[in-house]
Amino acid sequence: MADLLSTAQKVLSWAKDNEAVEVVAVHDRDTEIRVYEGEIEQFTASESQGVGVRVIADNRQGFAYAGSLDEDVLAETLAEARDNAVFGTPDEFLGLAEPDGVAVPDLGLYDERVAQMATDAKIDLGIALEAKTRAGDPRITGIESADYVDSISESALVSTAGVEVTSRDSGSYVAVTALAEEDGDTQIGFGFSVNRNPNELDVERAAADAAERATRLLGATQPATERVTIVFDPFVTAQFLGILGGTMSGEAVMKGYSLFANRLGEEVASPLFTLVDDPTNRDAFTAGETDGEGLASRRNVLVDHGRLNTFVHNAYTARRMSAASTGSAVRSYSSVPGVGTRALFLEPGTQSQAELIAGIDNGVLIQGVAGIHSGVNPVSGDFSTGAEGLRIRNGALGEPLREITIASTLQKMLGDIQAVGNDVDWLPMSAAGVSLVIADVTMSGS
Amino acid sequence: MGPGSVGSRSGGCGRYIGVTALLERLFDVLDDSLVASTLDTALLGGADFAEVFVEDKRNSSAFLDDGKIEELTSGRDRGAGIRVVSGDTTGFAHTADLSENGLRNAAEAAAAAARGGGGGVRKVSLERQFASRDIEVETFPETVAKATKVELLQRADEEARATGDAISQVSARYGDSRRRILVANSDGLLAGDDQVRTFFSINCVAQGDTGMQTGRESHGRTVGFEMFDDHDVSEMARTAANRAITKLSARPAPSGAQTVVVGPGGGGVLFHEACGHGLEADLVAKSASVFAGRMGEQVASPLVTLIDDGTMSAEWGNFAIDDEGRPAQRNVLIQDGILTDYMYDQIRARKEGRPSSGNGRRQSYQHLPMVRMTNTYITAGQDNPADIIASTPNGIYVAQLGGGQVNTATGDFVFGMTEAYLIEDGKITEPIREGNLIGNGPEVLNRIDALGNDFAMGHPGTCGKDGQGVPVGDGTPTLRVTSLTVGGTAA
Repeated sequence: MADLLSTAQKVLSWAKDNEAVEVVAVHDRDTEIRVYEGEIEQFTASESQGVGVRVIADNRQGFAYAGSLDEDVLAETLAEARDNAVFGTPDEFLGLAEPDGVAVPDLGLYDERVAQMATDAKIDLGIALEAKTRAGDPRITGIESADYVDSISESALVSTAGVEVTSRDSGSYVAVTALAEEDGDTQIGFGFSVNRNPNELDVERAAADAAERATRLLGATQPATERVTIVFDPFVTAQFLGILGGTMSGEAVMKGYSLFANRLGEEVASPLFTLVDDPTNRDAFTAGETDGEGLASRRNVLVDHGRLNTFVHNAYTARRMSAASTGSAVRSYSSVPGVGTRALFLEPGTQSQAELIAGIDNGVLIQGVAGIHSGVNPVSGDFSTGAEGLRIRNGALGEPLREITIASTLQKMLGDIQAVGNDVDWLPMSAAGVSLVIADVTMSGS
Repeated sequence: MGPGSVGSRSGGCGRYIGVTALLERLFDVLDDSLVASTLDTALLGGADFAEVFVEDKRNSSAFLDDGKIEELTSGRDRGAGIRVVSGDTTGFAHTADLSENGLRNAAEAAAAAARGGGGGVRKVSLERQFASRDIEVETFPETVAKATKVELLQRADEEARATGDAISQVSARYGDSRRRILVANSDGLLAGDDQVRTFFSINCVAQGDTGMQTGRESHGRTVGFEMFDDHDVSEMARTAANRAITKLSARPAPSGAQTVVVGPGGGGVLFHEACGHGLEADLVAKSASVFAGRMGEQVASPLVTLIDDGTMSAEWGNFAIDDEGRPAQRNVLIQDGILTDYMYDQIRARKEGRPSSGNGRRQSYQHLPMVRMTNTYITAGQDNPADIIASTPNGIYVAQLGGGQVNTATGDFVFGMTEAYLIEDGKITEPIREGNLIGNGPEVLNRIDALGNDFAMGHPGTCGKDGQGVPVGDGTPTLRVTSLTVGGTAA
């Protein structure tokens, strides 16, 4: 990290008096092991570095990046960013993030055991994952992929506005995709486990989840079209929250690309719905101590018991909308800071998924959705996505269903929320999962 | 993909005046002897196969939104990925350090990861191979002034806003890239390519009594700035704006089973997703494809011929060599409804004792290659498109499909419709709002009962697989599917 910081500071030292400059430098080390039929199929050891430079001069912004930290490349990158700034449209709201006094939390996101763990132990995790998944059910006929992955990321961000932060974090996960076959029907299911400490990865659970997801859809049929109550599995809820989060970014609102524009303070959802964006929660896969402009991460309540409380902002959208940055700049070294939710979390309810299902006479447990991004219009709120799942009848799970679509509008779905489960699941995504019950959704089939 | 025409593997090509200069351009990414010594290091552990992939890529982009040029971005990525294969195990390492030292370290890391047994010294002797291409870039993007690129965005913005008062928001993107690659392997292959891409897209939002609707248009070609000689940004802007305005009067999409007519070029993505992925040999080998074990069988309506073609001039998925050094090919996957071939990369092809089909691609030097499509399309049929619509009593006309997703194990897919209309009494009538189409790839292939004589390519796309994105193209004539499920909100 010291090297990254000095590299970033070196570029900053080349800034001219009339320009604001921000430099981010990153260094990632990743291991990816894919196992097939008890052997290593692919082993990737990767190490990558990069620098991104943003220059603002005369209210114009330019950006350049490079996948290298060599000195000549650094100079060229700054020069390109400076040259690019000449062509931007002047905008008085452009500017770097100013330090705002919020203390950077110490989340302990780096676990040295990722670096310490022996390569053979990592390989063994992958081999065990594949073997346990195969052994999980006699109907499992193949494994498409069984992976162990870990990463260590370091970064430094400095700016002429006085920001100077470094970070280091680690992560690891195992993930498996299983194929199940019965009576000529094939289905696919995945399972995974995520932890900053690879010794804590739960291979058993990943294997069991993949086997269950693949086998329980065997023999699925297409139902008739009707209106039903649906239960989102935690993984599906996480994707749904991701879509909602996109409509609550300051940029989407500012540009009129959000159905929530002009609705701050209004009731937009059932009182059961409290949506928080909290990258300071260490349990979140995407937890981080600072945002993409180097400001301290913070907990933002977006929807409080159904009432729209705040949007998320970076420095630019905050200035444009007379608000303050919520520490929500998101970026990679190869892009300018955007704005978005970082670690969404839905306040849980009190019931397990089984208890929620027990209270439903006619419904569908949605195990997976497809095409959710193309099927949602963030402006109109129209929602339509492909799905598969299991029928719920008289409080119990019934036959599997496939080739269905579920359709409603985001506005209506938020209002029709009947319950949130207590089964919070930390997924390798920027949103946590939890079971969610929504009434009166159109399920289209044959 | 399988057989079909194969690009020439060696020698110059009469169409090029400066072959020597071109060869220099292709091969000066890294010194030949350094490449060879890196391969030697990679093979020290006794591996069966080793490969060095070197990439030097520059790109630039500019984005306009809300009437402003937000910023220009320039990017540079340069490095090498080294792959070592021992038995069924592939080891891979990459480095941005192209010095002798950096390359040796990466080669040793890849060899260690592959855990080859044996040992011993193998020397590789490399032979330069040259794959011809039938287009040449006229104006390299780095020779065009930034101001000229920015002016395109401003012109598109003005033209879109002038198209109708309902247009409330416009965004547009210009992008170009130049990617020089060099591939060498322990079979002695040494091949290079210089891949230039130019892209332009525009999105419009129209505001009306019923809310907001969006319209989009994009073009992408594997050529330089001369793309804009054939694709006028003003015309693209009007097209996108009119799409948004038309949708303002759209009704909710019906739901349930419908007869669907797909317009020319509008539905190639469906066949890419729902059929193409299932014909990738890596998925087939793991039985993760509905098409596994079905070679020679009737898998589609006899009307259907499906082709993947990396040689299609200037199309978005075009290249001279793939990312394993293999010349691009035209591969017939389904001929008159019969499954004739799968698509292969080097690893799968070696296992099955056949040549690669030129489908080994990777996102960058930081990624392992795998089986990927190029330009995938259904060939034109015999029917007059107007007759296809006129003979459809009721249904949906999809002018443009949006993004989609497929489960390759089952063939089940979902696609958004970004531009669609009702067909009533054999006529295209009212526009309908966005919704999803869902179905099953093999079933759709069998339910095609009419194929137009009006082939067109669709919009440039990025295909994602296993976390890697590569540029791809697709195309179709007008075609009719007897039944697909539409996920709309209308009762």
